[in-house]
Amino acid sequence: MSEEAILRLRGVTHLYGSACVLRVSELDIFAGEIVCVLGPTGAGKSTLLRLLSDLEPPSSGEILVFGQREQCRTPQLAQLRRVTMVFQHPLLLTGSVRYNVEYGLRLRGQANSRHVGEMMLERLGLLSLASRSVHTLSGGQRQLAALARALVVEPMILLLDEPTANLDPASVALVESVIAGENQTRGMTVIWATHHLFQARRVAHRTGLILNGELVEMGPTKQFFESPINPRTAAFVQGEMVY
Amino acid sequence: MIDAYATELGDILWRSLQVSGVAVIVSSLVGIPIGVWLGSTRFPGRSFLSVLIQTGMALPPVVLGLLYLLLSRSGPFGGHGWLFTVQAMIIAQVVLTLPFVVGITMASIAAVPPDLFLQVRSLGASPWQARWTVLREARSGVVLALATALGRSFSEVGAVLMVGGNIERHTRVLTTAIVLETSRGRFGLALALGAILMALALAANVAIFRLHGRPAP
Repeated sequence: MSEEAILRLRGVTHLYGSACVLRVSELDIFAGEIVCVLGPTGAGKSTLLRLLSDLEPPSSGEILVFGQREQCRTPQLAQLRRVTMVFQHPLLLTGSVRYNVEYGLRLRGQANSRHVGEMMLERLGLLSLASRSVHTLSGGQRQLAALARALVVEPMILLLDEPTANLDPASVALVESVIAGENQTRGMTVIWATHHLFQARRVAHRTGLILNGELVEMGPTKQFFESPINPRTAAFVQGEMVY
Repeated sequence: MIDAYATELGDILWRSLQVSGVAVIVSSLVGIPIGVWLGSTRFPGRSFLSVLIQTGMALPPVVLGLLYLLLSRSGPFGGHGWLFTVQAMIIAQVVLTLPFVVGITMASIAAVPPDLFLQVRSLGASPWQARWTVLREARSGVVLALATALGRSFSEVGAVLMVGGNIERHTRVLTTAIVLETSRGRFGLALALGAILMALALAANVAIFRLHGRPAP
């Protein structure tokens, strides 16, 4: 992990209509770290990821990605996107699993997309399903295919919105190990929204808590769980429902 | 005698294909982008526009034949000399088929989950690549739009009769020839022309659906 902040949020707020759904006064994400964002359903975790992925501009404030304001990035940079995201409800394209996994590679004009795609499918245990239509997949298999589709383009920053929600424990372990492997071998930065406290303890270097759209605490995972600074964080990690 | 009939039939067939084919191509080139835009964009007045487009699908061809007034010598476009020409018939068919192409494309694009655009953008698609991907997802609807437009175009008689005039070796197409032969009491010939028209429509639809029905990559 390096000390270079590749994502920097300052005074970010986001409104849907007149309702403020996210307030982050200050947040730095450093290259090569895995950051888990915890919070109950509807807390604002997905909104944070959508803003970080540049799919929506914040209502106010500033988000710097690799030191550049999102709106100021060159079209080429924005197009090649070093940031990819796996959505909570992934939508796959009509066609085979292979077609979906190779989608991002084809966009980038990568010549050996079939070989690279198959390697990623194998890592996620999907190679035997490569030729299957995505319409025949289970919810968990679809989620794994969506993860393969995002990972295969080797993003520098991967945003995960509850990617293991539909998975069995063995698949959860597989996903966690593949993500950790990419983090260790390539230095991929990961921002992972989840509501599983144990998952955050297992995978994250730092963990944060969002409650009612507000980032109430962000710190090293050990400190976050064992000696949280904010009393609301303490209540949350002890299983009390605080909203 | 038979040779003359065959030559005339070939001429009518070619003109029918020319008028309907060009009309559907023009409608598609204009209508699919409009349908994609309307199906993926939200703006005030969109619902009203949708109702207008759907109303356009019910436009009676004979009413459209009033295009005659615009193209006649005393009309605003009379100077172009388009009345009783193939161009006038194509214009009439474009106006007739455009609402189908726009409306059905719009509905099929609107049925694609809006998040898909964002999800493919997040994988690196440019806005145009993302729109193309959404269009690909909606292709069943787009194919249906083309098939409907083609069917409407092949079977149209009222408007092309009024603006084309059913002039032998000039503007006669299958439908107007059927009307003529029926009015002459030559029902056998009219039925034979009808069968040819249906065969033509069948072949065109088979071609469209075979193109669409390619196995998933």
